[in-house]
Amino acid sequence: MRSSLLKLVAENLTIDRGGRRVFQGLSFAVEQGEALVVTGANGIGKSSLLRTLAGLVPLASGTLRLDGGLPDLLPAEQAHYFGHQDAVKPALSVLENLHFWQSFTAPCEPGGFSGGKSTPLEALETLGIGHTAQLPAAYLSAGQKRRLSLSRLLITPRPVWLMDEPTSALDKASEQQLLGLMNTHLENGGLIVTATHTELTLDRIRSLHLKAADPGSIPADTAEDAVS
Amino acid sequence: MSGWAMALFKRDLRLSVRIGGSALVGVLFFLAVVTVIPFGVGPDLNLLARIGPAILWIGALLATLLGLDRLFQADREDGTLDLMMMSGRPLELVVLVKCLAHWIATGLPLVVAAPLLAVFLNLDPVSMAAVTATLFVGTPALTLIGAIGASLTVSLRRGGLLLAVLVIPLAIPVLIFGVSAADAAIHDPVPFLTPFLILCALTLIAAVIGPVASAAALRFSSD
Repeated sequence: MRSSLLKLVAENLTIDRGGRRVFQGLSFAVEQGEALVVTGANGIGKSSLLRTLAGLVPLASGTLRLDGGLPDLLPAEQAHYFGHQDAVKPALSVLENLHFWQSFTAPCEPGGFSGGKSTPLEALETLGIGHTAQLPAAYLSAGQKRRLSLSRLLITPRPVWLMDEPTSALDKASEQQLLGLMNTHLENGGLIVTATHTELTLDRIRSLHLKAADPGSIPADTAEDAVS
Repeated sequence: MSGWAMALFKRDLRLSVRIGGSALVGVLFFLAVVTVIPFGVGPDLNLLARIGPAILWIGALLATLLGLDRLFQADREDGTLDLMMMSGRPLELVVLVKCLAHWIATGLPLVVAAPLLAVFLNLDPVSMAAVTATLFVGTPALTLIGAIGASLTVSLRRGGLLLAVLVIPLAIPVLIFGVSAADAAIHDPVPFLTPFLILCALTLIAAVIGPVASAAALRFSSD
């Protein structure tokens, strides 16, 4: 039976990096329209968790699946990863950067999810850097590069957003705008996993707090649901 | 070529043209190697003509190695490689397309420069054509084999030298058959086609093994 509701399920995740156990037995689930906010001290494994969800760090044990997603794709291939690195080529113009990612990234539209339909130019306008479209990306400021990298998420439909400290290098106004975009994504039936140190005011939040020397087993049911 | 591969191919070509230098630096290095040799071996024209194909091949091999370390490193440093692995496109084909674009940007200029440099080495027109033809079918193999080394050293800051050490032993068969095909065109009794076809086969084998091995190495290094 294939349920129509999207649900990212992680069961007993154990991750080793560089011969060190980052965490073990971590379980959680995120449903369509929900954001999982991962918090915890520096070096506790927030980024490792996101990179694992992105399929970039191999699992030592445990399973990871996207219920209701396209069955022949890995969860990572149905996700956008917005990490610390911008993946912006300075020698290409802003628009060329975006056009490349639009044609290169395979779209994924499972049932119940609608989003990521913007054209590159619309996405740039949405993020307020439309006037830079023809400029080489080398001339963008750090915050503008960050926004260019963010606009990648709007042009290819993929239901899962993995965001590692999405607000870094953004000013207050763009931070609000980012929250707006994230809420729109949730309304469109997407789901978000984000690691952050700042308070994010999103509509439907589950939180996951990573602690040191914690067996790490946090069943999704006990995770607190914040009211918006 | 499907849309995404074409987009990747165009992007890589555009990057190497805009950042510039990659083609020119390779050709200049090729020129430097080829012009230095006659000073070393002396002004014996017959000797130069005899070892000319070998010099051109070694020059092309070294010039190819020069640009290989940036094949994946630039994409890894800015996080592009992570996104490529998540893109839902087969990484083997991604590597193959990147190699193709890299060869057109850096390998093809060497092939084009070879006839001119052959004049410096007193090669006659027949062997000039033979060397150019062998370089044309052989240098893609060097790029494809080099991609394995490039992906193994992708996470190292200064992996260029290690890359050369890793790749040169694997490139020896290509060198042997490339030079022997070019030599065969000069010395009549030996057939040209036999080593030339083996060289073509080596390129085709490298087109299969190179991307598969390289993609495996890249997946391993993403941690």
